[in-house]
Amino acid sequence: MDARQLVREFVMTNFYVPDSLALADTSSLLATGIVDSTGMLEVIAFLEETFSVTVNENEMVPGNLDSIENITHFVARKSG
Amino acid sequence: MCGIAGIVALREGITSPDRDLLARMAGSLQHRGPDEFGIFRDRRAGLAHARLSIIDVATGQQPMASADESLWLVFNGEIFNYVELRAELIARGHRFRTQSDTEVVIHAYQEWSDACFERFNGQWAIALWSRADRRLVLCRDRYGVRPLYYVEHAGSVRFASEIKALFADPGVPRALDREALVQTFTFWSPLAPRSAFAGVREVEPGHVRTYQDGRVTDRAWWTPRYAPEAGLRDGNVAADAVREALANATSLRMLRADVPVGSYLSGGLDSSLIAALGREAVGARFQTFSVTFDDAEFDESAHQRAVVERLGTEHHAIRIRGRDIADVFPQVVAHAERPLLRTAPAPMFLLSKLVHEHGIKVVLTGEGADEMFAGYDLFREGRIRRFWARQPHSRLRPRLLERLYPYLARSPVRQAALAREFFGRDLEHAGRPGFAHGPRWSATSTLKRLFEPSHATAAARYDPVAELLESLPSGFADWTPLAQDQYLECRTLMSPYLLSAQGDRMLMAHSVEGRFPFLDREVVGLAQALPDSAKLLGLDEKHVLKQVARTCLPASVVDRPKQAYRSPDATAFFGDGEPGWVGEVTSPAAIARAGVFDPKAAAQLLVKCRVRAQAGPTSNSDNMGVVGILSTQMLHRLFVEANPAGTALPELRTSVERS
Repeated sequence: MDARQLVREFVMTNFYVPDSLALADTSSLLATGIVDSTGMLEVIAFLEETFSVTVNENEMVPGNLDSIENITHFVARKSG
Repeated sequence: MCGIAGIVALREGITSPDRDLLARMAGSLQHRGPDEFGIFRDRRAGLAHARLSIIDVATGQQPMASADESLWLVFNGEIFNYVELRAELIARGHRFRTQSDTEVVIHAYQEWSDACFERFNGQWAIALWSRADRRLVLCRDRYGVRPLYYVEHAGSVRFASEIKALFADPGVPRALDREALVQTFTFWSPLAPRSAFAGVREVEPGHVRTYQDGRVTDRAWWTPRYAPEAGLRDGNVAADAVREALANATSLRMLRADVPVGSYLSGGLDSSLIAALGREAVGARFQTFSVTFDDAEFDESAHQRAVVERLGTEHHAIRIRGRDIADVFPQVVAHAERPLLRTAPAPMFLLSKLVHEHGIKVVLTGEGADEMFAGYDLFREGRIRRFWARQPHSRLRPRLLERLYPYLARSPVRQAALAREFFGRDLEHAGRPGFAHGPRWSATSTLKRLFEPSHATAAARYDPVAELLESLPSGFADWTPLAQDQYLECRTLMSPYLLSAQGDRMLMAHSVEGRFPFLDREVVGLAQALPDSAKLLGLDEKHVLKQVARTCLPASVVDRPKQAYRSPDATAFFGDGEPGWVGEVTSPAAIARAGVFDPKAAAQLLVKCRVRAQAGPTSNSDNMGVVGILSTQMLHRLFVEANPAGTALPELRTSVERS
C-alpha cells in the first residue's frame, strides 16, 4: 500500500468515516469536523509510528495536516 | 414535587378515561412521588397524581378541586410566592380550605384565568381541567424546570410528567424520532416541542397549551427580554441589587418547605454562594452534598472542603469511579428518556441517591448562574471571535483564545495554527445569530456520520439550527451579542439538557426536588436588566456574582478559574469489568434492530475506544460518539423493544368519580 492509501485507511478507520460519505482526498478534515483537536494528535502519532517521521510543533499547521492529500505530501517531503 | 398525568377526550363520543390506565400512569411515576397516589375522573377527563409531600403534608392531596368542583388540578412543582398570592386572593374574597400552594393555583386561575401564570414565582407543570367549559390547560414554568409531555392518540390527548407514563397505554406507538436524533447530535438534546419519541411532544418552557371543544391553542405566556436599565450601570448598585435578589430567592426556597432543605455543593462559585446564602437564611447548620472523582481532572473536593469549613455545614460526599457510571448508566437513560452525549447525568443520579439516603427531599443548586450571569467559556469565546472578526487578519487577536479553557488538559488551543482553523471559521458571519454556538454545534453534528445511510440521508434534509433560528423571539435582533448568546444557551442547553436530563430527571429518580435560586423570577428579571459589563467584564465572567461572593466565601473559591462540571466519559465503559449490557446493546443485531447507526462505523468507534480505554485520553468527538451510541441503543432497548411503563396498580389515597 502506498502512503496515500495508508493515510486514507487510517483516517477512514480511526475516525469511523462511513464509505457512504465518499470523503475526497482534498476534503478538509477540520472543516468537515472529522478530526478534532485531539484527533489531530492521533493523526500525528500515526504519522510518527507508521512513517518514522517526527512532526515538529511548527509543522502542526493545516497546510500539512488538514486533508488526506496534504498529509500525503507532508509525509513525502519529510521522508524524502 | 410530584408526577402528574391525565387523559382528556378531544370530542364527544370517546370512551371515558380508563381508571386502571390512569392508576398505572401514576404508578409509573412513583419515583417522582412515592408518598401518595390519587386520581379524578369524569365522562371526558381523567387526572392522576403521584405525590412527594413537601408543603402542607396533611391536606395537600391531589387531584384537588375548586370549592364548587368545577375546576380540577394536578400540579407538579412549587409556587414560592404562594403566601403572598394567597393573601392577595383572600383580600379579593377567595376562601381557602388548605395551606397548600396547590390550592393557590386553583384560586389564581379562577381569578385571573391564563394571566395567573405571570404572577407565579416558581417551577411548575400544571394540568387544569375546567368541567364547566370543558377546557384543558397545560402549563410549564418560564425555563421548564418541571417537565410535561403529551401525545394525541385514539381521540384523546394524554399528558404526563414523563414519557414512560404515556406508554402505560400499550396502544401508544413507541419509536425513536429521527429529527430529535438530529437535534441531539447537534444541541445534546431534543428541543421542545420535540421529544426523543415520534408523536410524543413536550410543552415548551414558558408556554400554555389549551384544548377546548376541538380547538387547540399554544402560546408563550413568558418570553425573556434583555433590556439593560440605566440605574444598574453603577457596579456597586448592581452588586447590591443582585445580592438582595439572590438572598430573597434563596430564603424563599430554603424556608418555604415543611421538610428540611439541603444544598448541593460543587465547590464552584455558584453553588457555594447559594449554600452561603442558604446558611444565612436558615440561621443554622444544614446538610450539603457533593460528588468527588478519583480522576484529578474532574475532582473539586479541595474547594468543597474550603466552603464546608467556612460555612460549617453537615457535609456528605460520594466518590465516583468510572465503573459506577457504567453500572448505573442504563437507569440514567431510563430516567433521562432521551439519548445522551455525556455521562455527566450519571454522577448526579448517584448524588440524589445520597441525598435520599440522608432523608432529605429538597436541595438547592447553583444551576442557572452560568446562563443568567454569563459564566461559560462559550460567551468568552464568542466575544473573542467577534473581536477577531473585526480584524480577521490580525495575528494578535486570535491569541486571546489561549486565555480560554485553562482547565482542559487537552486544550484545542495548544496547537495555535489548528485552533485558528477551528475557531476562525465563519468569521465573516460574526453578526449572525448563533455565531458563538457555531463551533460547538458543528463539532457535535459531525457525529451524524455515525448514522445509518438512509437515516443520514433523511437527516441531511433537516437543519435543526435553521429551524431554531427561524423561531427566535421578536426583539432578538436588538439584543446585544452577549444577550443573544445567553438566550440561545438557555433555550438549547439549559432547559432541555441541564435542567432536565441532568437536573429534574436525575433528582426525581430518587424523589429529590431541586430548587434553583438563580432561576427565581426576580433574579432572572434583574440579570436581564443588567448591562453586559456586570456579567462579562472584558473576559472576566460572572463579574457581579464574584463581587457578591467576596463578602461571604473564601477568596480561593471566588478567584479560582472556572471549572466546567464534567465526568469520565468513554473510558468509564470499557476495560476491566466492562458491564455486560455494553456488548448487548452494541451487538450487530441490536444495532440493526434500532436502525439508527451505521454498523461498520459504530463498530470502528467502539473498537477504538476499547483499545484506548487504558491507553489514555479519548477525544471530545469520540466521547460524545460512544456515549451517544450507548445511550441511543439503550433507549431503544428500554423504550421501544420493551415498554418502560410499569404494570403495577398503586393504592389510591384519593379517588374521585364524577359523571
